[in-house]
Formats: sequence, C-alpha cells, structure tokens
Amino acid sequence: MADFQIDDTVDITDVVCPVTFVKAKVALEELDDGQILSIRMNDGEPVQNVPRSIKEEGHQILKLIDNEDGTYDLIVKKVEDE
Amino acid sequence: MAFTNDQLERYSRHIILKEVGAKGQKKLLNAKVLIIGAGGLGAPAALYLAAAGVGTIGIVDADEVDLSNLQRQVIHTTADIGKAKVQSAKETMNAINPDVTVNTYRTFVTSKNVMDLIKDYDFIIDGTDNFPAKFLINDACVMAKKPFSHAGIIRFKGQLMTYVPGEGPCYRCVFKDPPPKDAVPTCKQAGVIGAMGGVIGSLQAMEAVKYILGVGDLLTGYLLTYDALKMEFRKIKLPSDTSGCAVCGDHPTITELIDYEQAECDGK
Repeated sequence: MADFQIDDTVDITDVVCPVTFVKAKVALEELDDGQILSIRMNDGEPVQNVPRSIKEEGHQILKLIDNEDGTYDLIVKKVEDE
Repeated sequence: MAFTNDQLERYSRHIILKEVGAKGQKKLLNAKVLIIGAGGLGAPAALYLAAAGVGTIGIVDADEVDLSNLQRQVIHTTADIGKAKVQSAKETMNAINPDVTVNTYRTFVTSKNVMDLIKDYDFIIDGTDNFPAKFLINDACVMAKKPFSHAGIIRFKGQLMTYVPGEGPCYRCVFKDPPPKDAVPTCKQAGVIGAMGGVIGSLQAMEAVKYILGVGDLLTGYLLTYDALKMEFRKIKLPSDTSGCAVCGDHPTITELIDYEQAECDGK
C-alpha cells in the first residue's frame, strides 16, 4: 500500500453520526493543502455518509480500503477552499 | 488545543458549518465577552454565548433576582429569587456548558469602574436598562477601542446597533445626549413583552459570535428596529460621517467619562 504518503491518520470508529464527519473534518483542518489523511471508519452508516460529506467540502477522495474487519480506511487529499 | 470527543459532539452543529469549522469553534473557546446587565437582554445573550462555547464570559449586575424579573429574564428561576443575579446567571451558564469560565462582577457600571471592567474583553454586550449606563458604556468602548453591541427594549419594541472602532458611528453619533429625566419611561414603568428580550438579546449574541468568527456583515453603520405589533424589522442606514461626534469624532469634546443622573424612580 505504498501508493500514498499518509501525513496523518484519524480513527472515527469511536463516535457516531454526525460526530464521525465532524471528527474527520477537524482532522482535515489541521492539515495543509495537498496533505493526505487516512480516516478509519466503521462499515455501514459512516462509509455511506462520511466520504460523500468530505467530497462536498471539496476534498479529493483517493481510495477506500476494506480492512476486512468491519472497518475501512478512507484516503483523502486535502483541498484548501478559496 | 485538541477537541475531546465530547466537545466534538457538543459543538458538532457549529463545526459542520463551513463558516465555523474547528478553527471557528476554537476562536469561540478562546474569546472573551463581557455582558453588562443580567436582565431581559443579558439573560438570552448569556445563555446562547455559554451554549456556543464562548470560553470566557464576564457578567456585570448589582441586583438580586426579583419575582418581577422572571417574566423575561430566562436565565434565572423561581428558586433564584433573592440571589445575586450574577451568581444565578453563572450557575445556569455553568450548568449548560462547563467549558465556559464565568467571571462575575456584582456592581453597577460607573465612570470609576467601567474601563477596568471592559479592558480584558474582546466584545461587550450592553444589556442595561437605562440611558446613563448606555452612554457610559458607549463612551468607554469608544475610548478603549472596544467593539460593542447596543440594544434597548420597551413595550413591544426593540432596537440594536453594533459599534466597531473605526468602522462606523457610535451610539452617541446617533443619540447625542441622554433624554431628560423621565422624558422616556423605563421598562419598569412602561412594561415590556418578555420575548422582546429574547429576540433582541439573541441578536446581540449573534453579533458577538459573528464578530469573534469574523464572518458576515455586522450591524455597524445601521440601527435595526423591531416592532412586534406590526411584525416589522427595519434596518436603518446611519450617516457615515462621524467626524463631528462629541466622543468618536475628529475633535472629541467628551474626553472623560460622565456619570449622568439616573431618573428618580429607577433608583431601586
């Protein structure tokens, strides 16, 4: 999995909607433009909603990796707005 | 400073907003707002600012909670009657949000103490109920270069404006001097609808939040009036030339704070 240089990771499996997205958003705000965040999330509602919300904020989804343990790693590239 | 999961959840509806985000919520948590008057206007302003996570809130009031306050001053409860308003307000604010540090000042504002009261705060909310205090707060904020929200309520009417140093007229630009004693009734004599404090005090809290976040347009250069019976808001543009103002103009004639006399019947 050497496709990306991960700059930071955040685990949102310990919270539920809408805090899942909020926690991911806060982690993204800490990064600089172009840096890459890996977000570990649960299957189900988070995987359905969090990638879409992040995309709506203008960030670039690079990959969704199935960890085959009920969690996924979403790889996101930060795109600074304005 | 990193957010705890509890904070992420508490402020989630803020952080989700593009205009706020984590950065904005941190600004709120680091901000200091002073509310002068824990009454009809100050009560809702204090509640919303505490709930919003404004990290330090000062509250100034010399009075105790009276039964006649409870029709509009929603931060106090029946059990608080007789308690210092600042203490009652602090307890409610801390119960809503333990993130907030509440500083209490059990005093009236005077020319002697006002500069010291406002000096450590980023934004001031005038929630007082009398003209001497309103002119005093205006002059002090102009002299100390502090932004503040003015408001007044009576019967079914309310008004507010926001002063930011260098960005528009002050209260005295619009209203040169206090009216003669007893020319204008206080809300004690005239009455006021309880929800009026809720409407106008909440708008003051909104101005403080926008100022802290640095988003949107403030009510600088405008006076907003609300007539509840007509269900009419008017946003009145104020003259932008402030050069002749006695306190914020180019050649101020008021260079010291003034304690105007309070109307007799407001003594209590």
